[in-house]
Amino acid sequence: MATQDTGEPGGHPAVELTGITKRFPGVIANSDVNIAVRPGTVHALVGENGAGKSTLMKILYGMQRPDEGTIFVAGKPIVFTSPADAIKAGIGMVHQHFMLADNLTVLENVVLGGEPRSGLGLDFDTARRRIREISDNYGLNIDPDDLVDDLGVGARQRVEILKVLYRGARTLILDEPTAVLVPQEVDELFGNLRELKAEGLTILFISHKLDEVLAVADEITVMRRGTTVASVLPKDVTARQLAELMVGSALPVPELRESTVTDRPVLEARGLTVTSADGRKLLDNVSFTIHAGEVLGIAGVEGNGQAELVETLMGIRQPASGTVHLAGKDITRTSTKHRRESGMGYIPEDRHRQGVLLEATLWENRILGHQTRKPNARGLLLDRRGARADTQRIVEEYDVRTPSIDVNASALSGGNQQKLIVGREMSSKPDVLIASHPTRGVDVGAQAAIWDHVRRARAEQLAVLLISADLDELIGMSDTLAVILRGAIVGHYDPATVTPQELGSAMTGAGREG
Amino acid sequence: MGRFSTRAIVLGLAAPLGALVFSALICAFILMVTDHSPIETVDAMSAAAQRPRTLVNSLNTATTYYLAAVAVAVGFKMKLFNIGVDGQYRLAAMLSATLAGAAFMDSLPSFLRITMTILAAMLVGAAWSGLAALLKVTRGVSEVISTIMLNAIATYLVSYLLNPARLAQNVPGSNNISTRPITEGGRVDGLVVTGSTSKIFALVFLAVAVGFLYWFVLTRTRFGFELKTTGLSESAAVASGVSVKKMVVYSMLISGAVAGLVGMPQLLGASYSYALDFPAGIGFTGIAVALLGRNHPVGMAVAALLWGFLDNTANSLDVAGVPREIVLIMQGVIVLSVVVAYELIRRYRVRAEQHEVGRALGRTKTLEEVSS
Repeated sequence: MATQDTGEPGGHPAVELTGITKRFPGVIANSDVNIAVRPGTVHALVGENGAGKSTLMKILYGMQRPDEGTIFVAGKPIVFTSPADAIKAGIGMVHQHFMLADNLTVLENVVLGGEPRSGLGLDFDTARRRIREISDNYGLNIDPDDLVDDLGVGARQRVEILKVLYRGARTLILDEPTAVLVPQEVDELFGNLRELKAEGLTILFISHKLDEVLAVADEITVMRRGTTVASVLPKDVTARQLAELMVGSALPVPELRESTVTDRPVLEARGLTVTSADGRKLLDNVSFTIHAGEVLGIAGVEGNGQAELVETLMGIRQPASGTVHLAGKDITRTSTKHRRESGMGYIPEDRHRQGVLLEATLWENRILGHQTRKPNARGLLLDRRGARADTQRIVEEYDVRTPSIDVNASALSGGNQQKLIVGREMSSKPDVLIASHPTRGVDVGAQAAIWDHVRRARAEQLAVLLISADLDELIGMSDTLAVILRGAIVGHYDPATVTPQELGSAMTGAGREG
Repeated sequence: MGRFSTRAIVLGLAAPLGALVFSALICAFILMVTDHSPIETVDAMSAAAQRPRTLVNSLNTATTYYLAAVAVAVGFKMKLFNIGVDGQYRLAAMLSATLAGAAFMDSLPSFLRITMTILAAMLVGAAWSGLAALLKVTRGVSEVISTIMLNAIATYLVSYLLNPARLAQNVPGSNNISTRPITEGGRVDGLVVTGSTSKIFALVFLAVAVGFLYWFVLTRTRFGFELKTTGLSESAAVASGVSVKKMVVYSMLISGAVAGLVGMPQLLGASYSYALDFPAGIGFTGIAVALLGRNHPVGMAVAALLWGFLDNTANSLDVAGVPREIVLIMQGVIVLSVVVAYELIRRYRVRAEQHEVGRALGRTKTLEEVSS
């Protein structure tokens, strides 16, 4: 509470970074970054993946030290050697992935690591009182005695914020806080942020969702290729202009031009029901048909059966009842390998677990999932030369940024790994593509490229099942939209007319219609 | 693996060499503390190394160690721990020795006899490891537990069968018990080396062939690719259409079949029968050799030779007044330190490669920025 700067003109910025440069061996992650965050404001930091936002935040939170440049907190230069220093200076970080122990209460989670003592015992009463106080002051609506396991995603995030406030932070860094929230929860979060701001706290908000940034930020700093390229006020820019600042060039939109939907059914699911080991229904009588040239988008909050649906379609999981037909043939009981060989492409949800072998070379990853087919195999033997040549082609056509096809996949950024996966799956000329979050964690440029490839394949009669958490992507890319809730399809929407808000309501089960 | 060749080679050698030097230092320290001269020890070992007999014996020992290591490595490649190579080869050696020594075999052509013996050993080894595979895919029993238990069962089974009342007979003039000795036509003659009373096992070529096959299958075939994939990431393997259960069964069967070969050089080249004093414990040495050689066909060969050499020079240490157990200490320290060193090098390599890629891309990026 040492620095109660209220932001009148002439006051020092709450946090100021000047000339920050950070080099990793061979890579410049940040070069000459300048940001001034006025106290009592929400300051947004936007930029593509790999633009250097994370490095910058790690520097500001004391996790890494800059090679050059200075950090000022309330006008005073400060050197952070660890996050503890940053916390001491009143800077707190809310991570994108929650760091909460599910089986502990809110109270226990908040005090974890800094337990209040009274003599030999723990003084939970004082802590409980303080948590209530903070929660009331900032409208966080958190009960210290709730079990974290029982809380929803939005509430967990508020616990994270509370944790940081409890430790005395006056400046909060929020790293992609909306990535895990549905639109309604995003609105709530923004409400909370405004209250925090009204209480004089400063918020540094990192995001690449531009509509949200425009809705909540007072000032916006744009990063591109490791440096700050512009500082703008939300009233002066549109989302499009902001995105173009981020990319440095004109921007693509996820949008399908003319319809290519035919009446030839390619993938049909009929009454698919999947039950868990304890008898719960993970998928409940799911039916749909995807025609050649059609993209069916599935909207839903994560964990409502999307993963089970994909795994059932790919033959990784067996349904309790129901059938899957591919081009009229029943494939319900066939193996994953057989399905892939019969023309199913698969972009899995979790790249690292299912999509690539991190400790194998790019060309070996080209073979993955296609190990029985040309150009990777001749009979029982691998065709190493064929695989390598085709990998080289994918690297060029799909713009996979790599010095060589002999590096391990772990050396590539997530976006480039994803481009390799998309290239690989498209290269076998599938009839159906099961795409789970195909552009997750991918930067705007790569996103556009992936959309382009899907669009082109769709024009050539590809049928696509698209699952995504990005509602704009779903609405823009799909010919038909279905909403999945608790394992059941609860509505169909026309992407031409539906709004993200309507979809959001349907996804949470708030307004059932359609 | 990257093609940053010089560095890749240096890094590849750094771990085993470092471990070797480290363990030599530890051993020197232990020798000094216990009032022995490290220099004399090295002297005794290098004197032994100059005797052709020691070298021949080292190569022979290495042959069996190598086969055991390959058997273990087949499992390791897909993160399966076949601890049961020991039981597999002992049971295989015992039963195939019984077959090879059987009277009806005497009339068969030599080539057929030897082939049948070797095949029988492979079948028994595969059957024994197959039990563990079956338990794993049907009941989810950890192969570590089941193969260890199967080792114990193999021990009892062998001692039950190796009884004059059943498959064995007393060896005249001793209280040893053995299977019926294999007669001339069923043996594999060794290669004579001048200056040595021992012969080189001719089945050293079998070990070389097994090593080549191991390399070929792993790097050149679809099956090998699926095996490695399963080892690197089971979830990615499943998503790619690899049936993990099938791979578990296949690799355990292959591992067991190779394990069955472990006893063959000794049986067909020196012992000619399975007796109470048939070498035991080679399966566990195989684990150490596979670890040291990083499951690499050439790496394991080098490791097997080192192990064989250390074992055979140990005898000469007693003469020099140095306790031979120092060799065991050395081997133990090598294995422990090499495991740590490999992990360190692996982490370093991943980071170095990421930097390398970053550097290569960083440069093009600046160029782009300049030109735009």
